[in-house]
Parts: sequence; structure tokens; C-alpha cells
Amino acid sequence: MSTVTATAPTRPAAQPGIRPARVLLHAFMIAMVVVWLFPLFWAVYASLRPISDTIQNGYLSWPSQGLSLANYQTVFVQAELPYYYLNTLVVVIPGVILTLLLASMVAFACTQFSWRFNLVVLMIFTAGNLLPAQVIIVPLYWIYLNTPIPMLGSIDIGKFSFALFSDNMHLYDQYIGITLIHVVFQTGFATFVLSNYMKTISKEITESAIVDGAHVLRIWWRIVIPLCRPALAAMATLLFTFMYNDFFWALVLLKSGDKRPITSALNNLSGEFFVNNNLIASGALLAALPPIIVFIFLQKQFIAGLTLGSTKG
Amino acid sequence: MAPARTESPEAGALAGSAPGRYHVLTRYDRRILMLMVGIPLALDVLLIWGPTIASIGFSFTNWSGIGPITGKNFVGLKNYQQLINGYTPFWPAFFHNLIWLAWLALIATPLGMFFAVLLDREMRGTRLYQNVFFLPVVLSLVVVGFIWELQFSPTEGFINNALGRVQSSNIIDWLGNPRINLFAVLIATSWRHVGYMMVIYLAGLKSVDPTLREAAKVDGANEIQTFFRVIFPVMAPINIVIVVITAIEALRAFDIAFIINQGKNGLELLSILITSNSISEASLVGFGSAIAVVLLVISLGPIVAFLSQVMRNPSS
Repeated sequence: MSTVTATAPTRPAAQPGIRPARVLLHAFMIAMVVVWLFPLFWAVYASLRPISDTIQNGYLSWPSQGLSLANYQTVFVQAELPYYYLNTLVVVIPGVILTLLLASMVAFACTQFSWRFNLVVLMIFTAGNLLPAQVIIVPLYWIYLNTPIPMLGSIDIGKFSFALFSDNMHLYDQYIGITLIHVVFQTGFATFVLSNYMKTISKEITESAIVDGAHVLRIWWRIVIPLCRPALAAMATLLFTFMYNDFFWALVLLKSGDKRPITSALNNLSGEFFVNNNLIASGALLAALPPIIVFIFLQKQFIAGLTLGSTKG
Repeated sequence: MAPARTESPEAGALAGSAPGRYHVLTRYDRRILMLMVGIPLALDVLLIWGPTIASIGFSFTNWSGIGPITGKNFVGLKNYQQLINGYTPFWPAFFHNLIWLAWLALIATPLGMFFAVLLDREMRGTRLYQNVFFLPVVLSLVVVGFIWELQFSPTEGFINNALGRVQSSNIIDWLGNPRINLFAVLIATSWRHVGYMMVIYLAGLKSVDPTLREAAKVDGANEIQTFFRVIFPVMAPINIVIVVITAIEALRAFDIAFIINQGKNGLELLSILITSNSISEASLVGFGSAIAVVLLVISLGPIVAFLSQVMRNPSS
């Protein structure tokens, strides 16, 4: 805490020379950065070493046989990772799009028009998203086992088969079932964030459009959605990561191992294919890669999405 | 695509933004708006609030999940009595959730807030520091679990190797020993939680009126005084959000504990007991639901706090 006390000025440019407090602050920050990056660095290091090297020299050693991407190749091919990425995509892409559509509709209707139950509706959505998933899982599991879903064939690409809309007449153990619960659960969060954002849009825009004879659907799609593009981009980034990172829904609501999205498949694969720590590290990092790429390229949107939900209210 | 627009006064008026200003929506527009809210709302009620209520109902039965549920299944408070008196994992799980909450609330969240306060000052490299602390937030807890297993693994992990404790006589079983594995898992969780809290708190700090800070400085307050006497109080809304998120995260804890050892042997959690009782191993739907109700009741605290905070200024 001493670092806080002493460094009074906020503009470093205004302070010539090196001040000890500032040095201390940076030293602390750099130490923390090292602590924070180390687990990741260690995983990358383990993933790049051949298993024979670590068996011979232990994990805490310099590489004697060089570093290579061989472990990644092994994991990628043997555990058929592309296939699990595909499982994730068919769940997450429709999930994000549907969530944004539904949430923007609710937010539009509840912020641009004054209904009697506006606040209640927003509270139902927001509170629903805050419930721990496990509170609803028992009845939800029953619903998934007992909701009839038509079997209308499937779209097959090699080993991959996307059922239209079920291959067992139920929601349980189906891609669409996982998409559905993601959409419903995350609509709560997205509605909360988007309605906070839409409150800042002047209602006069909607009003004058209505006076001009525009239908509400048109106003929603042509006027309000374009105005919300920054918020929608932020939410899309965040929702992609949330859904990509899901473990619980896929664990409970899917039975077939070969339908699992990459994140939850990781747990199964670790016993079967990732037989040593080097391969586990490679597999975990490969599974982590898409969100990391999203973060690197869309970090502004990502952080905006998180903070929109908490700072404006 | 839209039917002919029929201006009908009986379609009703919606209050405009300012009192006294009304615009008339057509019946068609009203129906569309109702659908726009109604369809998502129906899904939300059907798949989230319905099951929440159903959990409460199930908790008073001995239903197995198969076949119809009848009056004979009603057992009153028996599940709750059994939970409190006869079911050994319940209290450990309850206290593990409590420890989880205490750890996040007293260590991880304050650390994230501390980072935010430090990074709020304009210093070189702020962006870099911020991105590093934030990086784990984008990772799934499954990946976080795997990455930390490489640290904590008894013979192959970094920590024991660095400490030289890899002989069977002096090995530290970070993830297997029920006395310490909860804390190992909490360290892994905090790796992610700290960055999350930092980003939210930082956004809050950036929105604080800078003149407040200057006024405090003019009055001769040092930085610590300025923070605790001026900044912290005006940050009250964010502070509540931070507390709520921390509590919710502690109650939701599931993934890492499940990855490590399926939530057994020192890592029991309420969330895991719910699923293991009613879905995976047994089909004790009623009993599992009783645990779900316990979790629900605890969750209502932070949820109500959050709602009363963010909904305080109703949509104008």
C-alpha cells in the first residue's frame, strides 16, 4: 500500500527524474505480471517439449531435445479436435445470433415504449441470469427428457452429423438443446445490458418514426439495431466467450461424448488421448485458443461488454 | 411483409417519454411488441423460472424422476431433515461454499480492486498490465483447471519440483489432500477472478468525476485518504455490483472442482451435490432438489441486492 501513498501526481510527464515510489509501483506491477503469466508460460513450455525429454530430465529442466509443435499435432489429429470445434460452432453461432435478436427485441420494447410492466419484465430476465445453473438443473433435465422434438433427418459432414432437430425425439443429448438453454439463459444478461444501452437512445427517434408511419418491427431493425451496433458487437464477443467456455450445460444435457463441444470434451479426452502432461497442456491450450484470439482482436468489445453490464444502471 | 396499417384509437395509447405526450400505436404494432417481449419471456419463464419453482415443489417429495408424481410422493420436510442430520457431505459442501465466498470476498476481489486502483493512475504500461491480468478471464474454468494441474500435480507439477518435494516421503499432494485441495483450487479460481473484478472496478473508477479527486487534493488529503473517504463512497453502486458478482461466483462454483476430482474428497460443493444426487449417480430428485432450494435461498440475497441496486432508477 505504500506505493499508493507516495505517488501523488497523476501525470508522469510532469515529473522529471525518477521517483522511488513510481519505481516501486512498477516493480510491484511487473512482479504481479510475472506471477500472472507464469502458469500460462509453464503450460506453453510443457506443451512444446517432447515427452521423452521430460521423462528423462523431469519437468523442471532446460529442453535437451529442442522444442516443437509435435504435441499439438498429435492432439489435434488423434483426439480429432477439429470435430469438437465444429460441435462448439454449431451450438455457439446460432446461440449468439438468437440471443442478440431476442434480447434486442425485449430491450427495444421495454425501453422505447413505456409499458406498465417494463421494470418487472427486466427484473425477471436479469434475476434469471443470476441464478446458479444448478438450481434449475433437476427440472430442466426432466423437461429435456420429456419434450418431444421432431426427427427430420440430419445434415452430415463426414463423422459430424447435425440432427434436424433431434436424433432421439428429445431435447436431451441434442445440439439444439444446448443452444436453447444458452439462448434462454444469456438472453437475461444480454437484455439487461442492451436495455441499459438503449435507455440512452432518445425516444424521440422512435416516436417520430412512428408518426412517420413506420412499423415497430421496421423501427427495431432499421433504426434501433444500427444505433446499438457498438453494444451488440460487445455483447456478441462476450456471449461467444461465455458459450464457448460452457462446461456445465454440455456436461449434464449431453450424453454422447461425440456431441460434446470442445470445452467439455476436454475433460473426457484428457483420460483417453492426453496421456501425459505435455499432451494435456497442448490440448488445453488448443481449446483456449479461440477465446484468446477473440480477446486479442476484440478486447475493446470484450471489456466494454463486461463493464456495460455493471457500470451503467 | 406487414399488413395494412389500420389506425384505430381503441388500439390504445402508450405513454411517450414525457408525461402528457402520447403516440397511438396500431393494434398491429401492439401485437408485434407483445410478441417481441412475450416470446423471450415465455422461454425464460418456461426454462428458468418454471424449473426454479418446480425445484421447490420437488424438494417436498421422494420422486425418483420416473413416472408420474402423485400425492403419495409427498414427504413434507423429510428431505431437509435428512440433509441437515443424516447426509454427511452436506455440511462440508456448505462450508466449502462459505470458504469459497470468504476467499473471493476477502482476498481475490480486494486484490482485483487494488490492481484497479493502481492501474487507474496514468502510468506507462497500464494497458499491458491490464491485459495481462485480464487474460485468464477469457479462459474457461476447464482450461484454468488444466493449466493449474500442471502447477499442482504431485510429481510432475512445477510447484513441488521447485520446492524439491517430489519424493514419496515429502510430497505435497496439493489436489488430493482434502485439507489443502480447496485452497489450491481457490488459487486457480482467483487467477481468473482477480482480473474480472479489476476490469469492472477500473471502469467504475474511470467514471468517477475527476474534480472530486482534485478537490480532495486541494484540501490536503493524501491518496489513501482520498480513496477511502472520497472515491470509495461515491463508488457505492459499483461496490455493490462487485460484492454481488463475487457472491454469485462463489455460489456457482462447479467447473474446477468437478474437473479436479468430480467434487469429492475435500472439494464438495452444493452445486455438485445437486447434480450428483439427482442426475448422475442416483435419481434422488426430491433430495437433490432440496439442496437446490438451499442454494436458491442463499442466492436470493445477492440477487435481490443487485436488483435493488441497478433498478433503483427505473427506466424513464
